[in-house]
Amino acid sequence: MVRIISRRLVQLVVTLLALMTLVFFWLRSLPGGPVDALLGERATPQTRELLTRALGYDQPIWVQYGRFLKNVVTGNFGNSIRTGEPVTDVISRSFPATVELALAAIIIAIGLGVPLGYLAARHRGRLLDNATIIVTLIGISIPIFFLGYLLKDWLTQGVHIFPPSGRISTGLDNTDVTGFFVLDGLLTRELDASADALWHLVLPALTLATIPLAIIIRITRASVLDVLDEDYIRTADAKGLRNPTIRKRHVLRNALLPVVTIIGLQTGALLAGAVLTEKVYNWGGLGTLITDSISGSRDYPVLQALILLAAAVFVVVNLVVDLSYAVIDPRVRVR
Amino acid sequence: MTRPGGLATLADHKRKRIDELIARTTEPGGVSLIRDAGRRLLRNPTAIVGAVLILLFLIIAIFAPLVAPHDPVQRFPELTKDLTVDSIPGATAGHPLGSDPLGRDFASRMIYGARQTLFVGVLATLIGLLLGVLLGALAGAIGGWVDAVVMRLTDVMLALPSLLLAITLVALARQSTQWTVIVAVAVVNVPIFARLLRGSMLAQRESDHVLAARALGVKRRDIVLRHMLPNSLTAVIVQATLTFAVAILDAAALSFLGLGDPDINRAEWGLMLGVDGVRYFEVRPELAYFPALAIIFVALGFTLLGESIREALDPKNRR
Repeated sequence: MVRIISRRLVQLVVTLLALMTLVFFWLRSLPGGPVDALLGERATPQTRELLTRALGYDQPIWVQYGRFLKNVVTGNFGNSIRTGEPVTDVISRSFPATVELALAAIIIAIGLGVPLGYLAARHRGRLLDNATIIVTLIGISIPIFFLGYLLKDWLTQGVHIFPPSGRISTGLDNTDVTGFFVLDGLLTRELDASADALWHLVLPALTLATIPLAIIIRITRASVLDVLDEDYIRTADAKGLRNPTIRKRHVLRNALLPVVTIIGLQTGALLAGAVLTEKVYNWGGLGTLITDSISGSRDYPVLQALILLAAAVFVVVNLVVDLSYAVIDPRVRVR
Repeated sequence: MTRPGGLATLADHKRKRIDELIARTTEPGGVSLIRDAGRRLLRNPTAIVGAVLILLFLIIAIFAPLVAPHDPVQRFPELTKDLTVDSIPGATAGHPLGSDPLGRDFASRMIYGARQTLFVGVLATLIGLLLGVLLGALAGAIGGWVDAVVMRLTDVMLALPSLLLAITLVALARQSTQWTVIVAVAVVNVPIFARLLRGSMLAQRESDHVLAARALGVKRRDIVLRHMLPNSLTAVIVQATLTFAVAILDAAALSFLGLGDPDINRAEWGLMLGVDGVRYFEVRPELAYFPALAIIFVALGFTLLGESIREALDPKNRR
């Protein structure tokens, strides 16, 4: 086990290094670098040159690259071009918001997706199955930002069930400990803040969960159908095992493996979805940060760090997914 | 067990799906398999629904000038004279869906929108397809280091979520135009088509018809162009059908993020939904509903048809 983990950690570093290099040259190869973006096209050559030198963009690209690598390793991503703050500060401020949102979304997607997929498979060809298939098809065909506006319109305007935007009600005096508002409320015993944050979380999480939910339902359904066809299910039935035992120990356990893989893969898609969802609900997380760093001035230091962070989170989540195979499938442990 | 490592896993997953498609479409017995699949397709109601949706979309796009009551960019001042912050005029005589905030006939823009959406979707798919097919065919036909370079490149691209890659690509351009959007959405699909073609080429390299051609002394270029490429087409067509749906959804998402086409005259559903649709959602939600519904139906049509073809080609379903 230790050997597997250490081998993957090495791979993780190699992947990130490759990506880092790519990101660095990619963002720098484009016309109209950060200096032009900051000053606009009518800036005088003098100011342009001054800023280029101040930001270190006048040095040979290799020097810039070396400095970049050194900084990344030491956790120093420089300052945001837009606000002048250290990139790490800017990102760590937005990070908890997105993690909170993504976690809620994936909980919804798994919590609804696996049971629904399982039920659809067991009632194959019947009303429940067909209805589920249609809903999942619409789920992957609808632009999710539009779905976000729909939910917002129905549930916050007509009937005031949920708050329309933001992470917490203004005027609520919540103590910020970790940046995860729901958790903060629990930690400081400000339960009203926790509940309020949770209330704000429902619609954005539901919107973000749409695509993973649809995909998890489809995969679970297909996987359960495959397993139900297997000889060992017939054997289990023939030797007189009770139905709940068969379902739990034989069907579900075997069907879960592909589902777990998909869940890991969907975390990547969640980040892309968060860019859209956060804009709809004015969420103020990493997704908003990506949009802000692109529109207006191209904020390279922030963009670089964000892409690396996205990749790192994704790599770690999938490492966890790989390791969870060992728990679900004993055959993996032996190898 | 899948190969370990996070980013590798996503790439692995995407690769596996591509490989399955290759395996299904390069089954020995070429023509009869396709004929067989075609027969199954005609009996599949899902495929018919998909095909009908696509056909409707194409008809509207082609005959837009005949169907639309007005020019999509013509502004009617009389329509905007009652325009206020919280009211955009609805339906009036001659303008069944009312007007948009600039006083243009909304129904006409919806109808012409089919054209522009078709244009964006087809071009994005086609550019991705052509680049991918070219790279994949080169990698498969030449092999060696060309193959290695192309495959490593596709690995990195497959390891990123597609919309995120598209956003990054648009961010690279100084100014967004319609072409930035098309190219960004297209590039995201290049690695998928490249993998598809390469796999198909490798699968055919040792097949009887290629061996026969080689034995007859046919030039390598001709073998690739006349014997191998046509056999890879089925897989490419299936993938292109699915790609089209993703392409128009991605284009809409880019418009929504403010990274889309800046031309205010352009009537394209993604643009109409992503810009005016959401901006005036509380004032007049129809501006969002109609383009959104149109996008959903078209994306649904292409997904249904694509998946049905894929399913029909599955040897498991052969009878």
